[in-house]
Amino acid sequence: MNKPFRRRDLLGIRHLSAAEIVGILDTAENFREINQREIKKVPTLRGKTIINLFFENSTRTRTSFELAAKRLSADSVNISVLSSAITKGETLIDTALNLDAMSPDCIVVRHSSAGVPHQLAKVSKAAIVNAGDGANEHPTQALLDAMTIREHKKKIKGLNVAIVGDILHSRVARSNIHLLTKLGAKVCVAGPKPLVPNDFSHLVEKDLFVSANIEEAIEGADVVMILRIQRERQDSAFFPTLREYAIHYGLTQERLNLAKSDAIVLHPGPMNRGIEIASEVADSSRSLILDQVKYGVAVRMAVLYLATGGSASNE
Amino acid sequence: MADKVNLVEKSRIMDSSRMKRALSRLASEIVEDNQGVKDLYLVGIRRRGVPIAERIADRIEELEGKRPLFGILDITLYRDDLSTVGANPIVNRTELDTDIEDKNIILVDDVLYTGRTIRAALDQLMDFGRPRKAQLAVLIDRGREHRELPIQADFIGKIVPTKKSEIIKVMLKEYDDEEAVWIYERSST
Repeated sequence: MNKPFRRRDLLGIRHLSAAEIVGILDTAENFREINQREIKKVPTLRGKTIINLFFENSTRTRTSFELAAKRLSADSVNISVLSSAITKGETLIDTALNLDAMSPDCIVVRHSSAGVPHQLAKVSKAAIVNAGDGANEHPTQALLDAMTIREHKKKIKGLNVAIVGDILHSRVARSNIHLLTKLGAKVCVAGPKPLVPNDFSHLVEKDLFVSANIEEAIEGADVVMILRIQRERQDSAFFPTLREYAIHYGLTQERLNLAKSDAIVLHPGPMNRGIEIASEVADSSRSLILDQVKYGVAVRMAVLYLATGGSASNE
Repeated sequence: MADKVNLVEKSRIMDSSRMKRALSRLASEIVEDNQGVKDLYLVGIRRRGVPIAERIADRIEELEGKRPLFGILDITLYRDDLSTVGANPIVNRTELDTDIEDKNIILVDDVLYTGRTIRAALDQLMDFGRPRKAQLAVLIDRGREHRELPIQADFIGKIVPTKKSEIIKVMLKEYDDEEAVWIYERSST
């Protein structure tokens, strides 16, 4: 009935319908139990080959995808940019074609440029899963965030969600904005002015608000999602200093008190303690940062299962 | 996806009272064979094995004054036809909350046909531990000639010899609007 996500590639949340998103989340719910077993392995994807192609550093996401593949009995290979032929001058498409010649069933790709997974999807016979492309999308992160919210709030529709920080550079924010508005949440974004685009009309039509200050965004929120300050982009002078950022935009206990009393706090990691989030908040019971990581494995198992599960039609 | 197939109702081989009696008999056979409820662990196979296992557990509780342990298997992830079934089958949850180690497991399903579902269930079961023994109870056995694996049931509600072109449908109030077992014939017109 609600057979989710028939397309093989997962390039972004933007292209999915609400029903497809719910289908992936429901499937992920049912995979969770496997991660609690003594023997955390099922034979489902035995004989399938999955390549993790990471052009950007990543510990959490790559490990999560790798564990998801292994727990489904797929064979997974990790390729990171430092050891790849790209550094020897090969083009992206040639790399993809060469990998394709080894008949993988799925390629999980992360790249610092938006649109790379989409390019690969055009040339590759394997299913392509986007593990983060530039500032565009990070679909599995939004899915695991949604799973965490659903687990604690039992719903997504009607919730007030504040997304705070560097919205401009954040693929996590974009995927979450798509997902949460499609599922009926009200999303309010806030951060330093140069880091918050004024106009999201190209992204979504409704239920998205831009707030000038973080207090206004957090007030009455059910969910507060804090984004990582991308220190590697700090040279570009989007805000004066990290110290000032912490003072004006960091999530302190005091600011969190403006949210609903049962509000939950999410952060995609890795977090800069004392900058975008105060340690006392990060370590409090309101913070579900480790739950997010836990659900990440189940979400990625569901995505790999649905992407490689042998769809009959290949058009 | 599939060809257009019409199902023609052929006959009703069980109504609700016959089903009830068959399940009562299965319940007594299971406790007799296992000498009571101690370490007895009923495991229903999704979907229709689950309500059948629940009813057998109810009857055992009436007979023995104690309810056996209870669990649910979803075998989707252990199927041997994942690459050929086309679209992805929906995954449901497996619930084995009590450790199966050293228990007497009774797998329960509605219909035994090729035996492939039971193979998948056994594989999954073994991933959870080492039961003392595992037995199989089914409401309907379609006959040994259909078996594609060396698997037989220990407790059988009714043996119904069938042709390959026939389909057995076990209707349960949890999912359908009546309680009955029907034989249908496939006719491709």
